[in-house]
Amino acid sequence: MKRLGPRVEQKVAQAGLWTMTLVTVGVLLFIIFFILRRGLPVLSLEFLTANPADMGKSGGIFSTIVGTVALSFMAILIAAPLGVGTAIYLTEYTWGGPLTRVIRFGAECLAGIPSIIFGLFGFILFVTKLKFGWSILSGGLTMAFMLLPTIIRTSEEAIKSVPPAYRTVSFSLGSTKWQTVTRVVLPSALPGIVTGIVLSVGRSIGETAATIFTAGSALRMPTSIFSSTRTMSVHFYILAREGISMSNAYGTAAVLIIAILGINILTYYLMNRFIKKYS
Amino acid sequence: MAMKTKKRGKNRLERNDRLVRLALLVVAFSAVSVLLVITIFIVQQGTPIMFKYGLKSFLAGGNWYPSEKVFGLWPMIVGSLFVTAGALVIGIPFGLACAVVLTEFSSKKVRRVIKPVIELLAGIPSVVYGFMGVIILVPFIRQTFGGPGLSVLAASIVLGIMILPTIISISVDSLQAVPPSYREGSIALGATRWQTVKMVLFPAARSGIIASIILGMGRAIGETMATIMIAGNAAEIPRSLLAPVRTLTSNIALEMSYATGEHREALFATGVILFVIIMVLNTIANATSSRRRRQP
Repeated sequence: MKRLGPRVEQKVAQAGLWTMTLVTVGVLLFIIFFILRRGLPVLSLEFLTANPADMGKSGGIFSTIVGTVALSFMAILIAAPLGVGTAIYLTEYTWGGPLTRVIRFGAECLAGIPSIIFGLFGFILFVTKLKFGWSILSGGLTMAFMLLPTIIRTSEEAIKSVPPAYRTVSFSLGSTKWQTVTRVVLPSALPGIVTGIVLSVGRSIGETAATIFTAGSALRMPTSIFSSTRTMSVHFYILAREGISMSNAYGTAAVLIIAILGINILTYYLMNRFIKKYS
Repeated sequence: MAMKTKKRGKNRLERNDRLVRLALLVVAFSAVSVLLVITIFIVQQGTPIMFKYGLKSFLAGGNWYPSEKVFGLWPMIVGSLFVTAGALVIGIPFGLACAVVLTEFSSKKVRRVIKPVIELLAGIPSVVYGFMGVIILVPFIRQTFGGPGLSVLAASIVLGIMILPTIISISVDSLQAVPPSYREGSIALGATRWQTVKMVLFPAARSGIIASIILGMGRAIGETMATIMIAGNAAEIPRSLLAPVRTLTSNIALEMSYATGEHREALFATGVILFVIIMVLNTIANATSSRRRRQP
């Protein structure tokens, strides 16, 4: 075979790479349209506000929406202060050194741990050892641990992007480190931090493996943080896998996809505003 | 008098500052402590049974009959490796293609459309990927190639798509980190953009790209829900791409809900093996990317 000339090769490579990229984008769009096309007709106000009946065969998905929101809220409530605190320490209080390396390595490893391991861990510690049972509390704590690395990383980036001059001015006016952090750095970094938190809410909504073993799969309306609940993704999984009701499965998936789309658009918008502010 | 209160005020602030610093240090160790606690719990629950039945029979045993107390994880280890290798075969070319297009072959305008779309791939829940696999891919494989459809092939394709965001985002970062002068120098010498990508950018961004692949591998090995739904879950070594397979993660998730006693411990042991594989991959990824940081 004759070797291609560099110009031809460039054309071929470019066409090939673009095709692969468009296939990737196409797969994503296909998934979204497929789910929405079959799920949107199922959606109605009643579907969203009625509780599941008959194991999910009929009725709506209200209790699973409440469960999902409660679980995410609980997880963020725990993970956000820890994550933002860690990010503040890493960016404002230390400059390299073995200590930060250990902290960073810990966060990176935590980010790589599969959700099923978190599920096993949450099950053994929160559900059985601490006797919280399958509950929003167990699920929320487990989820918080999963979200921690994301929140640390995004907050760190947000705090780092605050111009150093802000801090210098604050110090020159005689403020302490903590005053500088709380009154100058954090307010400026807030949109970036919020973006990271919203992003992790998106992740927590889609999570299944960890929640099914820690929050359980009870269909009734949760009444306290000690009641077991079924999140939308778990509900979707059970409906689809056990073939209970395909139309309700599509409906649930459509709600999930819309929520994820909404969250992604929101973070994209927030991020762009934040980037514009500092560049 | 006024001086004195002012001084006391300043001292109080400084003391507060030291307290805050200490508190933040404690908070900063939360991620590390969580990691430690998880390690301790999983290892403590999972290792005794491994040594009771012998490490060798546990890891290399070919049969998994938990009700008869036969715990051989070899089929699941092989299964995880097959499925992960398959996912990489799909994920690496497509991931790198997207990364190159995003950094080198597209205008800023096009990038602003494609990038968020690709980021959205990461947001789609894994159950939805699994479901799409069951509805679209599995029947397609069954009709085209035969076999049950639920197979190594189906799992590889779906996992290959699922690891794309990981590979793309880290590769894009490392391609963008290559100094512009490298690109300019290569173009100035008369190289085409593709030659520049192939001969200058890939070698320069090599460690970052390798890290992205290793992290993608970690994601594929760790994925659970999608794998359960499409891999078929037969606890035996697959003889072909079209045979069903069970991964380490599926093994845990499938049986955890009803396992008791030694069976449950054996599932934790499965978790230990998974955990060790993931930690090794993380450490390698961490080492390759920190080497990049040290020598820019």
